[in-house]
Amino acid sequence: MAAPRKQRMAIVGFIVAGSAIAIGLVLFALNEGINFFYTPTEVAQGAVPDGQNFRIGGMVKTGSLRTGELEGTLVEFLATDCAQDIPVSFTGVLPDLFREGQGVVADGYIDSNGIFQASQILAKHDENYMSAESVAAMEASGASCDP
Amino acid sequence: MIPELGNFSLILAFCLASLMVVIPMAGAITNNQLWMSLCRPLSSGIWVFMILSFACLAYAFLKDDFSVNYVARNSNSLLPERYKFAAVWGGHEGSLLLWVLILSSWSYAVSLFSRDLPQDILARVLSVMGIILVGFLLFMLLTSNPFERTLLNPPIDGTDLNPLLQDFGLIVHPPFLYMGYVGFSVAFAFAIAALLSGRLDAAWARWTRPWTNAAWAFLSIGIALGSWWAYYELGWGGWWFWDPVENVSFMPWLVGTALIHSLAVTEKRGVFKSWTVLLAIAAFSLSLLGAFIVRSGVLTSVHSFAVDPARGMVLLTIMLVVIGSSLLLYAIRAPVVKGSASYTLTSREVLLLINNIILVVSTAAVLLGTLYPLIHEAIYGEANRVSIGPPYFNTIFVPLMALLAFALGIGTFSRWKKTSVAYLKQQLSKVLIASLAFGIVIPVVVTSEFNISAIVAVVLALWIVFSIAKDIFNKTSNKESFFKGLKALSLSYYGMQFAHFGMAVTILGVCLTSHYSVERDVRLAPGDSEIIGNYEFIFEGVSLQQGANYQADRAVIRVLQNGNEYITLEPEKRLYYATRATQTEAGIDVGLFRDLFTALGDERGDGSWVVRIHYKPFVLWIWLGAIIMAFGGVLAITDKRYRSKKPVKETQSESGLSVNTATKTNLSAEA
Repeated sequence: MAAPRKQRMAIVGFIVAGSAIAIGLVLFALNEGINFFYTPTEVAQGAVPDGQNFRIGGMVKTGSLRTGELEGTLVEFLATDCAQDIPVSFTGVLPDLFREGQGVVADGYIDSNGIFQASQILAKHDENYMSAESVAAMEASGASCDP
Repeated sequence: MIPELGNFSLILAFCLASLMVVIPMAGAITNNQLWMSLCRPLSSGIWVFMILSFACLAYAFLKDDFSVNYVARNSNSLLPERYKFAAVWGGHEGSLLLWVLILSSWSYAVSLFSRDLPQDILARVLSVMGIILVGFLLFMLLTSNPFERTLLNPPIDGTDLNPLLQDFGLIVHPPFLYMGYVGFSVAFAFAIAALLSGRLDAAWARWTRPWTNAAWAFLSIGIALGSWWAYYELGWGGWWFWDPVENVSFMPWLVGTALIHSLAVTEKRGVFKSWTVLLAIAAFSLSLLGAFIVRSGVLTSVHSFAVDPARGMVLLTIMLVVIGSSLLLYAIRAPVVKGSASYTLTSREVLLLINNIILVVSTAAVLLGTLYPLIHEAIYGEANRVSIGPPYFNTIFVPLMALLAFALGIGTFSRWKKTSVAYLKQQLSKVLIASLAFGIVIPVVVTSEFNISAIVAVVLALWIVFSIAKDIFNKTSNKESFFKGLKALSLSYYGMQFAHFGMAVTILGVCLTSHYSVERDVRLAPGDSEIIGNYEFIFEGVSLQQGANYQADRAVIRVLQNGNEYITLEPEKRLYYATRATQTEAGIDVGLFRDLFTALGDERGDGSWVVRIHYKPFVLWIWLGAIIMAFGGVLAITDKRYRSKKPVKETQSESGLSVNTATKTNLSAEA
């Protein structure tokens, strides 16, 4: 009689230990891996806590893109939701579909000069595609324009 | 005319599938031999009509029939022939057709290779597969018919296939992936049939195992192909992005891996039965979840199909009905199939249980990370969007996989029922010492730096490899010669060892690439160069080239190795005429121990370009490991015990009476 009970206890033990480790890991990892999304207007209103990593979404303002005249692989442009513009600085390779007047989502943080330092620029692989984040940003601002 | 023929075939396949749901199942319930025996001809009929339908669509593509809307949206007269064929599954409707074709092929295969299966089980299995076929055929006919036409003023030319898809990867990746996804429907159907009949014994597990292995092997290759494709086609130099669509292909694989191990316990020891059934249901449910997520557009991903909420709703309905009803059936019937056998804490059963817990926990974590943005949005409202990045997945996944690799080594030496702790200690101490010694010394000597994560990875990989080697040595040491000993081992044993070895190879590939890659994104003017290790990359400039349906900026990058001319890499940036879309083609020098990866970024004025130059050690091993794993899966299928007609002999006889008695006896024995 003892054997099956011991066996069952062992199995329960494993499952409890496994789930405990899993829950701990998940909570820790969620803290690390979560990226909140803000629109340029929200950023301008100071909704973003200092130094926090987040994603910004909007459009690349026409005429704002500077690449060739800057040092190395540095890129600067304005991310806009038509109501507010946020300067973005990025070092690296721009995605194929990055263009002025098109939607953009960038990963990064706001530095002390109020410039968004992007560690990653995301562009989706469809020429007609506008990311849900960009659409949301445009809708949230309520403004309309020809960026 | 031809597209209509395809459409009629599709409708006929649907009618036959409906019959396959009803007649064999009714036969199994009322014990009507004739009705049950209809499942074989029905499944071959469905298969024939699906092939015909698929051939019609392929014909429309190859003949540039742009009156077919789907062809017009996904092809172009300039598209090379091979891509015209592959474009059949380049969009939503056609890939769904491939999905259903593969599903019908699996059910046809089951009816072909099931001579030793009792007829009532076969009838139930095929009938369950029929339900899935009906669901998807209906979905296709009602919302996503690939044969819809514009007969008045059809377009003169097509809008072209997405440039990203104009690649060898499109030809091979989806078929393999779908073979894997859909292949789990067989294990699912067997599980449902077992629940319905109440018959879940060693024989059931033995029937299910080869099918599960086959699906798993296909899925391994499919995921590896996708990862390899992303590596050389997206031009980012990465091979896994934890993108939602990657995750949904990975989850069935994780659960499928757990299922393979759990089936082993169920076959050999007759325990974990209801757990095995639950895993079989989960593996296929996750495949369905994948289909839903990819095709409904609820999550943002690089794999976005044309999004249509109506389609999403239908798929969600199919998914909920399948998962809901199978879980309900499970809740009602699972107590019937309880198993009983005793084992101790250090037995192989418990180690396989640990394997299952780790894999299921990993799956749950990936699932949570994938769906979390939706959950967050549902709780906090649409304005509060979040995304879950790679750090989340890596933080969870890496320690869990390390634990899994560690348990694998112990599992290799464990025995059914009971393994003495002293024996395990004796076996593992040498393996542990050897893997620690080599695992620390090799990376430090080769790289002359002390990178703790890389060392852990090498130690774990060696831990697995040495365990395998020692186990093979143990198993052959009592034979006259080593080779005679090797010959005596079963194919399924080799299958297991190959799969485990593949895991070690993949672990090495993933970890060494992650820790030792050198990645430079630099701005280079013609004549500039960049040095990484022994290699010097000289940028010779960019010239305009004409392709079949695109023009390309092609860079010439000369690579010197230790100052000597080594190779010339030519990454491209293509502009496709029809879609005006740009596409990066990486220039890669593939090697067993390292890849040299170059990709062209954007032009930055006065002839200078941003160029990605990466040195990626062991990156090939990631996919090599997957191939070895899949090979292991195939080896295990070829084991002769799956083909012999033993214990179930009497149930295989012609008389329905004996089949039924056998089932009944079994049921009462279980209860």
